[in-house]
Amino acid sequence: MNYEAVIGLEVHAELSTKSKIYCSCTTEFGGEPNTHCCPVCTGMPGTLPALNRKTVEYAIKAGLATNCTISPFTKQDRKNYFYPDLPKGYQISQYDLPLCKDGFVEIETENEKKRIRINRIHIEEDAGKLLHGEEDNNSYIDYNRTGVPLIEIVSEPDISSAREAKSYLEKLKAILQFINVSDCKMEEGSLRADVNISVRPKGSNHLGERTEMKNLNSFRSVYRAIESEIARQIHVIKSGGKINQETRRWDENKGESYPMRSKEDAQDYRYFPEPDLPPLIIKNELVERLKKELPELPDARKQRYVSEYGLPEYDAQVLTSSKELSDFFEETAKQSTNVKAVSNWIMGDMLRILNERNLEIVDIPFPPSYLVRLITLIDKGVINGSTAKNVFDLMFDTGKDPDNIVKEHGLEMLKDQSFLLEVIEKVIRDNPNSLDDYKKGQKKVIGFLVGQAMKATKGKADPQILNQILIKRLED
Amino acid sequence: MQLHEYTISELSSLISKKEISILELTQHMLGRIEKLDSELGCYISIVEDQAMEQAAKVQKMLDKGILTSPLTGIPMGIKDNICTEGILTSCGSKMLSNFVPPYNAHVVKKLYNSGSVLLGKLNMDEYAMGSSTESSYFKKTRNPWDTERVPGGSSGGSAAAVVAGEAIYSLGSDTGGSIRQPASFCGCVGLKPTYGLISRFGLVSYASSLDQIGPLTKTVTDCALVLNAIAGHDPMDLTSSRRIHPDYTKALINDVKGMKIGLPREFIDDSVEKNIRDAILNAVKVFTDLGAECVEISIPVMEYVVPTYYIIALAEASSNLARYDGVKFGYRASNPKDILDFCKRTRSEGFGTEVKRRILLGTYVLSSGYYDAYYKKALKARAIITREFNKAFEQCDIIIGPVSPTTAYKIGEKINDPIQMYMEDIFTVPVNIAGLPAMSIPCGLDNNSLPIGLQLLGKRFDEQTIIKTAYTFEQNTEFHNLRPNLNV
Repeated sequence: MNYEAVIGLEVHAELSTKSKIYCSCTTEFGGEPNTHCCPVCTGMPGTLPALNRKTVEYAIKAGLATNCTISPFTKQDRKNYFYPDLPKGYQISQYDLPLCKDGFVEIETENEKKRIRINRIHIEEDAGKLLHGEEDNNSYIDYNRTGVPLIEIVSEPDISSAREAKSYLEKLKAILQFINVSDCKMEEGSLRADVNISVRPKGSNHLGERTEMKNLNSFRSVYRAIESEIARQIHVIKSGGKINQETRRWDENKGESYPMRSKEDAQDYRYFPEPDLPPLIIKNELVERLKKELPELPDARKQRYVSEYGLPEYDAQVLTSSKELSDFFEETAKQSTNVKAVSNWIMGDMLRILNERNLEIVDIPFPPSYLVRLITLIDKGVINGSTAKNVFDLMFDTGKDPDNIVKEHGLEMLKDQSFLLEVIEKVIRDNPNSLDDYKKGQKKVIGFLVGQAMKATKGKADPQILNQILIKRLED
Repeated sequence: MQLHEYTISELSSLISKKEISILELTQHMLGRIEKLDSELGCYISIVEDQAMEQAAKVQKMLDKGILTSPLTGIPMGIKDNICTEGILTSCGSKMLSNFVPPYNAHVVKKLYNSGSVLLGKLNMDEYAMGSSTESSYFKKTRNPWDTERVPGGSSGGSAAAVVAGEAIYSLGSDTGGSIRQPASFCGCVGLKPTYGLISRFGLVSYASSLDQIGPLTKTVTDCALVLNAIAGHDPMDLTSSRRIHPDYTKALINDVKGMKIGLPREFIDDSVEKNIRDAILNAVKVFTDLGAECVEISIPVMEYVVPTYYIIALAEASSNLARYDGVKFGYRASNPKDILDFCKRTRSEGFGTEVKRRILLGTYVLSSGYYDAYYKKALKARAIITREFNKAFEQCDIIIGPVSPTTAYKIGEKINDPIQMYMEDIFTVPVNIAGLPAMSIPCGLDNNSLPIGLQLLGKRFDEQTIIKTAYTFEQNTEFHNLRPNLNV
């Protein structure tokens, strides 16, 4: 029997407001432990939460960008549980009246667009971090993260594969970055995902027992954990077993998950309305203002790249997968007359170099205008394509502009006919058989000789002129 | 007359005329505490040095004309669940027996800014959970009228100190009657303001939707003076109201002519001691003699107010007290096996019996499967009770009745019967449930010469009508001048 997976994601994104959700402490990542906290966010007796209105605005923006309805009346609730990183013994979250609900985002699957529905988006506060002493046996708590605003985005179980889950997550990340409400850095924990997975016989309407997977710290983890869990569940069922409703923890190093707690151990969070915070009335004017403030979203931008720049769908998709990348492309394209080349350079060499050097777009040591210059140098025939690749590498090394690099390293194409003829003569002298081979009709020898000539000129020869001279010499 | 017998308004006038110095007054009050407090047990902490320093500083500012508040130089005490920077704020609990806040409550800041001098922190039931001040981890407070008896609670220290002259006025907190009931047991004026009139920032939470800070004073005039100083919006407390509060001394008017005074029949039924019923009916006569009209009204939901109150209060308390896990502040268990053992033992050892009972009950009513039957139903009842009081106020300007069905009882008499003690909150809790203001003023003595309190309930944010009515009563009776004989 064939099985299909039913997957839903709960995504937590830290909002990039300057201050925390209920006090004026900074939300900045890092910092010495317990330097970004105050009596309010550490839950000292007598302190009260004062809601940072910006967090509500950011969350509404996220809701609008994912096609949600914004609730005109909403409230905050307490989720009660004991854990040392939770200073008040409860987390202020939202229970039955979330700020945003009933939205969707569209993802690309192999052959079609697919709509992933969003059940709800609500605001809540982040907890602190436990640190375990390396030199001693103690545990320590860092409350810097406590009270950093979060949104939790809960999808409907509309996802059918690890690949779709990854696309969905990438789409959410792009949207949140585009609207500038979260920096979505999975490695810093500002974007986190829990995955609910069940399997069922293909075509069935019945939902199987589900498990929840936690501790997924990268897109790769999400992908691998889903693949692994689908396989595990199918294996259990095929072996005649039953899936237990449980929470599992993913171990990225081992590439497997293990049970954390079963349904029976599930906590009773005893949600109830937060009495320290009055309900929120969200005025329509606010929603309308925030709607107007929304920038162009990834899907719209992608369509524009296709229609305005004539880029292929795939290229447009890649270029709009992150705001930084898209902004870099846009800035470059705006200044260039050769957008196709811009797109090729960014999608090809630039992404390769970033990947090899483990850099982010923000780490690029030169402005977009330098890439425009590089492309102009090629288009004007000052340098050839292979030199350009070296120049691009040097731009990443030094941050210098391509004109200077070309000058400094003498990388202009060699166009001097008499000099190039000399080079060709030498190459023919060194490879006497080649002339005979050519005369016998082996035209491919041209390529070999050009290669040799290029090598002799360290790749700087103008390939067109070189070709012309060579053919003329061979025909003589 | 000795200095501690004066009211705020009298002392304020003596101070501004330079007939007494603030240092002299403070010194006198500290001496009074020294003499009496080993017996009465009003204070958990006495801050002699700070008080004298503050007195000297305030005197200088007064002399320079920088400070001109009626509270300037007035020595006071604050309930020990209101945070004071650098001074132990214990909540009467072992759990916070080492907790020194790094911040002042909003009301403390306001009182300091007005130049009032803090004498110390006042005893209370642990975490304000109780009505006799017997559940304090530190000591029992004795009723100045009869030291074998309780002062009421939870603000028992606050009430006893004012009546015994160990403070000119004090602050208490009232979640279900914790200002009004001790004021009634000890014979002083105690006001529980409208929910939201006074910032709760710095008040250690018991039940967030019910808690409110308020003054305990010798007279209604003093009450208005303190209320003026502490009322007002605070951006740190989103439940505090943004409305501009009036000058409450403007309501000190001796006139109830034409006023409609509501007397709910449920407030004077047989559950109330006869002496108290008589005193209430006497008060009604005082008002009608002065030209007010007495309207008999009914609040049929009264039988539900105590269960409604306890479900809501304890649900919130169970969550508010979750932060006491020994990790960040307060008491912590020693030699724990692991984090769970640490948390469990800290809470088992740090909380007293009554607090534990309330946490357990509150946890229960919020638990899955019971939430709808208890907590959710209580919220509905709360809405109905609030509506009924609003309806009652369509027929009258103010409601009067007793504060408690009894006067002060013997220490130890009821401590083992929590249900009985909860039931006696019946006349005070509806006010908190509906967020209304209410005041207790002395209206007589019972057969044992123990004070009886008259409760005046007002419409939301209508403290003025309460003050006006209470002031009129005071001007036309002598009950507020009755003082216990303390043999010192």
